[in-house]
Amino acid sequence: MAPIGGPGSLFEVEVVESRPVAEFSSGSPKRRRRIRWWRLVVLVLAGVYFLIPIYAGLKFSFENAAGHLSDEAFRDLPSAPGFTAALTLSLKLALATVVVSTVLMVPTSIYVHVRVPRLRRLLDVVTVLPIVIPPIVLIIGVLGVFPQWAKASPYLLSFMYVILAMPFVYRSLDAGLGAIDLKTLTEASRSLGGNWFKTLWRVILPNIRPALLSATVLTLALVFGEYTMASLDLWTTVPVWIVQFNTSSNGHIQVAASMLGLVGTWILLVLVVSLDRSQSRRSRRKLGA
Amino acid sequence: MTQMKDIPMTNSMVQPTAAAGAAVSLENLVRTFGAVRALDGFTLKIEPGEFMALLGPSGCGKTTALRVLAGFELLDSGRVVVDGVDLSDVSARKRDMGMVFQSYSLFPNMSALNNVAFGLRMRKQSSQVRRKKAVELLEMVGLADQAAKYPHQMSGGQQQRIALARALAIEPRVLLLDEPLSALDAMVRAELRDQIRLLQQRLAITTVFVTHDQEEVLSMADRVCVMSRGHIEQVAPPSELYARPATAFVAQFVGISSRVPVDVSNGEVVVFGKRCPVRSGEGRTLTGGADALLRPEDIAIEVDTEGKGFVTRKSFFGAMTRVVVQTGDISVRVDVRSDVGSDIDLGAHVRLSIVARDVLVASRQEVVGPDAAATP
Repeated sequence: MAPIGGPGSLFEVEVVESRPVAEFSSGSPKRRRRIRWWRLVVLVLAGVYFLIPIYAGLKFSFENAAGHLSDEAFRDLPSAPGFTAALTLSLKLALATVVVSTVLMVPTSIYVHVRVPRLRRLLDVVTVLPIVIPPIVLIIGVLGVFPQWAKASPYLLSFMYVILAMPFVYRSLDAGLGAIDLKTLTEASRSLGGNWFKTLWRVILPNIRPALLSATVLTLALVFGEYTMASLDLWTTVPVWIVQFNTSSNGHIQVAASMLGLVGTWILLVLVVSLDRSQSRRSRRKLGA
Repeated sequence: MTQMKDIPMTNSMVQPTAAAGAAVSLENLVRTFGAVRALDGFTLKIEPGEFMALLGPSGCGKTTALRVLAGFELLDSGRVVVDGVDLSDVSARKRDMGMVFQSYSLFPNMSALNNVAFGLRMRKQSSQVRRKKAVELLEMVGLADQAAKYPHQMSGGQQQRIALARALAIEPRVLLLDEPLSALDAMVRAELRDQIRLLQQRLAITTVFVTHDQEEVLSMADRVCVMSRGHIEQVAPPSELYARPATAFVAQFVGISSRVPVDVSNGEVVVFGKRCPVRSGEGRTLTGGADALLRPEDIAIEVDTEGKGFVTRKSFFGAMTRVVVQTGDISVRVDVRSDVGSDIDLGAHVRLSIVARDVLVASRQEVVGPDAAATP
């Protein structure tokens, strides 16, 4: 009986000359080293591009009027005239914007995904419009049309910020919803007796949590950085205060406020991400229906 | 893969309930999508506790029929009646129908246990009851040890078994299975197929199963509804469907048939030189030119240098080998035992003969489903 794999047998195996693995790789070691080197260069250049202004800002904010290293600007910031009020207003506006944006955009995005997916392209275009239309056009139009009682409230700005944040919020939600089989999950929930609210609360929202958090962080960053609308609507938010505040500190306090805003956004981002991770870990450990 | 436990039917969850075994009646269903008539006067009665399979090619309307029954699709006209109650306008969440989907539908944010308990939670059952019933159902599908795992930590087969347990947890009046095995590999599919059938028989729950896989249908269903273009071609038990297809479409869609031109005269045809009676059905009314639809096992093959046919292809299927013979313009498939098939060489001249008592005959003009001649 011919051995299995031998010549002429049913399982004849063609012997292929073995070759070094390197020959089948994407390039020679030298070439790969060169690619890695370029990657490092790009990374360093990008890092320098982003980090140098931040470094300069931090350095300036940690100097006093005489140019010596000092935390004076940060110590003086809370007591700076108008800063606390501006920060409080910005926080309130941020909270209102996040709430309105979420309430408006989450159900809309889900409805479009589940019921009328053909409208997704239209929404893609519509939600980009706030980027194309300058904020100054939006706010001047709104101020010309809205009644005085609406203009008297700072929360009118929140509704404007919702429009400004729409491209980022919609895209985050769209990506999150696209990553799950929304239609099947929704139908599974409904067939098991879940109404729309319970399906939204127990099934959809937990599964798009990263997208929701991402949308929230982007919205907060936008609100804390928006200047044009707030200044034209005559409300002193943090960015407006930074521009308007003028003391003998030669700008150290303003830069300190900017740095605080930047670091604050980062801290918020880290908090949100770690909160999400720890919640995921907790829910995985949690047993019981 | 964890085996399903053969536990005794002693607890409340695995005993047939009053709700189990509902009679389902789909009456003259019409559903159109633009110019496409997905359901065209579809009428089907399903007996209590029956396992009914909807079988047909893509686009025949089988999934639409299931979704209409589940309440996920609105009807243009017609009625969905369960146990004498018209559910046509009842929301999906109030129909008490458990559904297992084709794609993995477990909630990714919940453990297996919480997935199974979800329907009970929606019914406001206490947490103790939810947990007890969910554990029982997980034991029933042999996955009690996976209770704490999340969907992404489980295999496809395990996920579908959890989905089955979840659908059964609400003690549904009707169990709907929308191609639940299609995403699984062959071995898992065969195992889960047997488990689903076993559970369905134990619980005596009315089940509607949508698939395009004939093997699944023939091995699982009490009756099969073969669909084409939104209407029913035939409703029959699997054995009858295979042995006595009512139409040429069924003959070619269920199992494999070769079409051989014949002349019908006085209810008889001559196939491969042998006179055979025409099988009861539409072929009885035909005269003149027609096609005989022959199963691979209806034909015998013999190597003969004088034979008119020659072997163009052989496919090995373990105990059986399928031989494709070209005779004139016709391609005919013949099943032989593999020990016989191994003696038949490619290109060999062969002689074919008919071994069936009678043959199914269809009009030559009739448009049928997938061309069976295209595949071995």
